[in-house]
This record gives sequence, C-alpha cells and structure tokens, in this order.
Amino acid sequence: MELAVAPPMDSGQVRAGGELADSYLDVRDLTKIYATRDGVVRALDRVSLTAKRGEFLSILGPSGCGKSTLLMIAAGLIPGSSGEIRIAGQKIDRPRTDIGIVFQSPVLLEWRTALGNVMLQAEARKMEHKAALKRARELLASVGLSDFENKYPHELSGGMRQRVSICRSLIHSPDQLLMDEPFGALDSLTRDQLVLDLQQLWMKQRMTVLFITHSVAEAVFLSDRVVVMSPRPGRIDRVIEIDLPRPRTLAMRESPEFADYSRQIMELFLARGVLNEHPGGKAE
Amino acid sequence: MSDQTRTGEVQAKPDPSSIGEIEARLQRRRIQREKSERISAIVYPALVMVALIGAWEAASRVFGVPQFLLPPPTVVAASMHEHANLLIKESLLTSAEIGLGFLLSIVVGVPLAFAIFLWPPFARAVYPLLIASQAVPKVAVAPLFLVWFGFGLLPKVLIAFLIAFFPVVINTAIGLASIEREKVYLAQSMGLGPMATFFKIRLPNALPSIFAGLKISITLAVVGAVVGEFVGGQGGLGHLLLVANGSMDTALLFGGIVALTFLGVVFFGIIAVVERMVLPPHAISAATGARESM
Ligand SMILES: Nc1ncnc2c1ncn2[C@@H]1O[C@H](COP(=O)(O)OP(=O)(O)OP(=O)(O)O)[C@@H](O)[C@H]1O
Ligand SMILES: [Mg+2]
Repeated sequence: MELAVAPPMDSGQVRAGGELADSYLDVRDLTKIYATRDGVVRALDRVSLTAKRGEFLSILGPSGCGKSTLLMIAAGLIPGSSGEIRIAGQKIDRPRTDIGIVFQSPVLLEWRTALGNVMLQAEARKMEHKAALKRARELLASVGLSDFENKYPHELSGGMRQRVSICRSLIHSPDQLLMDEPFGALDSLTRDQLVLDLQQLWMKQRMTVLFITHSVAEAVFLSDRVVVMSPRPGRIDRVIEIDLPRPRTLAMRESPEFADYSRQIMELFLARGVLNEHPGGKAE
Repeated sequence: MSDQTRTGEVQAKPDPSSIGEIEARLQRRRIQREKSERISAIVYPALVMVALIGAWEAASRVFGVPQFLLPPPTVVAASMHEHANLLIKESLLTSAEIGLGFLLSIVVGVPLAFAIFLWPPFARAVYPLLIASQAVPKVAVAPLFLVWFGFGLLPKVLIAFLIAFFPVVINTAIGLASIEREKVYLAQSMGLGPMATFFKIRLPNALPSIFAGLKISITLAVVGAVVGEFVGGQGGLGHLLLVANGSMDTALLFGGIVALTFLGVVFFGIIAVVERMVLPPHAISAATGARESM
C-alpha cells in the first residue's frame, strides 16, 4: 500500500499530436472523505495527477476505489475535502459548464425522446436550434440510432440509452469530456464499435478526455496514459504511458505490445489483491 | 441456379419473406388483442353492472322489500326522470363547489409545495404542522366554517378545499424532492440556472406524482362539498339527500347518490384526460400499472 505514491508527472512533453502541450487538468493532493451515518468513508486519498490539453487519460481501478468520485470532483459537481483541482490554472469551485459528461447511468429525461434528450444540452446552452438539431441527428446516426430518434427512453435498450447520453455529451463540442464507464452497460460488439468511434472523434476534435473504466483493454486501447488506482482508499498506484501508434485498430489488441501493457496492469492488480488467482484450483 | 442455392442460400433466402409474414401476423394479433382488451375493459364491467342491477331489481320485487328501504332500480330511474330538473340544478351547484374547492387546492397546494421544496427552513417549520393538521377531523370543522362564512357557496368551497388540498401538497413536494441526483448534476454541467432546472427538469419529473395527488384530491373534493351541504346547505346534492331523507323519499335519495357518483366519475375523468395529454404514455401506464400489465 505504501507504494501508492503518484510518480513524478511528465513535464511539458511533446505529445503525439506534435504541439507542446501545457498541463490542462491539474489535480493536487485531492482527498475526499464522505461522512456517513455509520462513519467516514475515505474515497480518495491524496490523489495527484495532471492531464495535458488534448490528452486521452483513462482512470482504471477496482469497484469502489473512488473513480466516480474523482470524476464528479473534476466536473466541479461535488467539492473535495482537501487538496485542489485546477483547469488551465483556474481553481474549480463550482460546476463546470465547459464539459461534456457521461454518467455511469444514462440519466435521460423520461419525458423526452432520444432526440429531445440530446437537444436538452443544446437548449440549455442556447445553441442555434437548426444547426443543433442537425448535429444531434448526425450524432445519433453515428451511433446507429437514426431509427430511434423519436423513441422515449423506456422504449430503448440499456445500451441505446447510454449511446443517447454519449451523444448528449458531445453535441456542444466540449473542451473536456468526462466519461464514467460509458460503455459499461453495452454488449462487447457495440462496445468495440463505440470505442473505435470515440477514438476517431477524439483524433478529430482533440478534446481532453478523462475516461473512467474498469476494462483493461478499453483503457489501453484508447489512452495516452492509463492511471491505475489502488483499492479503497483510492490512491494512484501507477501511471502507465501507452506508446502505441494511432489510429489503433482492433487487430492491434492482439499485438505483443498491447498484451504487454495489459499484463503490466494485470500484474499490478494481482499484486494489490484486486485479482486473486487460485493456483491449481478448479475454476469456480 | 438450383445448384448454387442449395447450400448457403437456401437457409438464408426464404427467411425474409416468411419472417415478414410472421411479423405481419404478430402485429395483427397484437392489434387485435389490444382492441379486444379495450372492448372488454368496457364491456365486462358493464355486464357486471347490468347483472347487479338486474339482481337488485329482481330481489326487491321477489322478496317484496318495502320501497322506503330499498326501491328497485326502475323506481329509482323513474324518480330521477321525474326530478330531472331538480337533480341537474343541484348537480350544477355541487359541481361548482367541487370545482372551485379543487382549483383552490391546486392554487394553494402547488405553490405551498414549491415553497416547501425550495426553502428548507420553511419546510422544517411547516411540514410537521401540515401532517399534524391531518389529524383534525375536517368534517368537524365544517360547522365552524358556517359560523364564519355563512350559508352561501364559500363555506362549502372552503371545506372541499380543506379536505382536498393535502394530497396535492404532499404529492407535489414528494415528486419534486424525489429526483435522481445525477439529473441535477447534469443540469448544472449544462449551465442551466436554478429556475430553468426547476421548470425543465424538476417539475416535469414531478408531474406523475402531482397527477396522482390530483386524482386523490378530486375525489376528496366531492366528499368535502357534500359534507358542507350536509352541515349548512340550502342547495346542492348533499342538501337534496337530506331533504329526500327527511321525506322518506328513498328513491330520490338513491337518485342523488347516483348523480353524485356520476359527478365524481366525470371529475376524475377530466383529470385523467388532462394527465394523458400532459404526460408521455409510459408514465401513465406506470400510474395505472395493474390494468396495463394484465
Ligand atoms: N454520496 C456518497 N456518500 C457516501 N459514500 C459515498 C458516496 N459516494 C460514494 N461513496 C463511497 O465512496 C467510495 C467510492 O465510490 P465511487 O462511486 O467513487 O467508486 P467507483 O470507483 O466509481 O466504483 P464503481 O467502479 O463501482 O463505480 C465507495 O466506497 C462508496 O461507498
Ligand atoms: Mg463509479
């Protein structure tokens, strides 16, 4: 457990894109304590990390290690208990509106159609209606929901709902995308597709992405860097730089380099007791 | 051709047409079932109703039950026909009391619920009193209202209001409060202000619960109006009941009850129709749950 110190962060590296990236998201010694009826819960313990502008950063960790909490704080939606979080040097003390956010659950308004839910974002931001409508339709089409624009959430499958919520987070082309296990509820095929779509979108728009997942493959596939968190209390265990060429392809997942990154992470989880092998035992 | 279609295509090709047939058949069957369900939803209870009325008619004739105890339906119908004008006049008056009392409970109840929701100290101060006030038997307050407000329309409206407004307040307040935390977070991250959040998200989110409250409230408003007329009426169906009772005109008494029931159903129906127009389909099916799931 005492290993759980954030390694020194990279300083002004040249990114894959070529530009000299400054630190955009800067989390310093962030601690979050939940005071509950039956005692305190230490959700985050002195977490420090930075993300450069346009970087794709994944947070990977076991259930309950504080990933969602970190995301909520990064969105300015809940306050940290100590430490601070800065965006482009600016301290966050209120909900950020420069973001697109995808929650762990779809969070759709039941009384709005799929299209209406995507358009909510546009309405809230007073975007030009016609252009926004066009973009909303394009986004829905890009995730295969053209025929479901006018369906209400209860008429959609769980995966479709989550796709609608992803479209909603993108319609205003935010500077930063915060995604909390956005593909968790999806079947693996749709998941692969959306992972590819997200990569393409990111390569086009180069927004800064904070992507929470507990899929090792997803994290390695998408990220510039993967932040691995230790089990509760959530700390940063290791930051792994993923040095694979882009665009990454599904075939690349079978490559030795990819497998190497996956193994690094897996071994970390084994060492921390997040995963336990049963040598010689039967599969349970 | 036969050679090539034998293996792969034979399995793949014929499907689309036959699947299309299956689809069409299932869709037809679904439409048919929905239609027959809709019809049976009306026909079955109507049949039971007719059977009950028939049994009542037969019983009162066969056993020779005195008419001042239990007049047969035909006699009730005749009496209603005879007193049609009176029944309509009193129904209108009672309707006015119900409608006004109900409107008043919306006009007072909904803003009160808003205040309870938006201003926690107010909620803490008022909520317990509101709950406690329900322990006061409101029927017992009726005579007091007569003393204060005389014998006109006002006391009846107020009694209807007093009985009807509680469910409006409680359901609205509960509807507003029970919202997923993430929905509020979402609104914040989109830059929606508190007002816009309230009207775009919280209020629509509360509507199913509010309508559930309104439906309870409207039936209570009917009770309230009749109680008011019982206590100090110079008109209205409640008063008619007392008069018919005094003159042992049991047939007219039944006629009054039928008229009141009719009023109650109509008012409830109006709310249900408005609800259907305001809410998306699924929310209503959730409210009427049992029937839809059959
Ligand atoms: N509002 C809250 N009140 C009290 N405790 C909380 C609250 N939210 C989270 N926690 C606790 O904080 C810890 C971290 O929760 P969090 O939701 O951030 O985990 P997570 O990493 O997102 O898990 P998962 O992968 O299962 O979503 C958990 O132990 C949880 O019980
Ligand atoms: Mg989570």
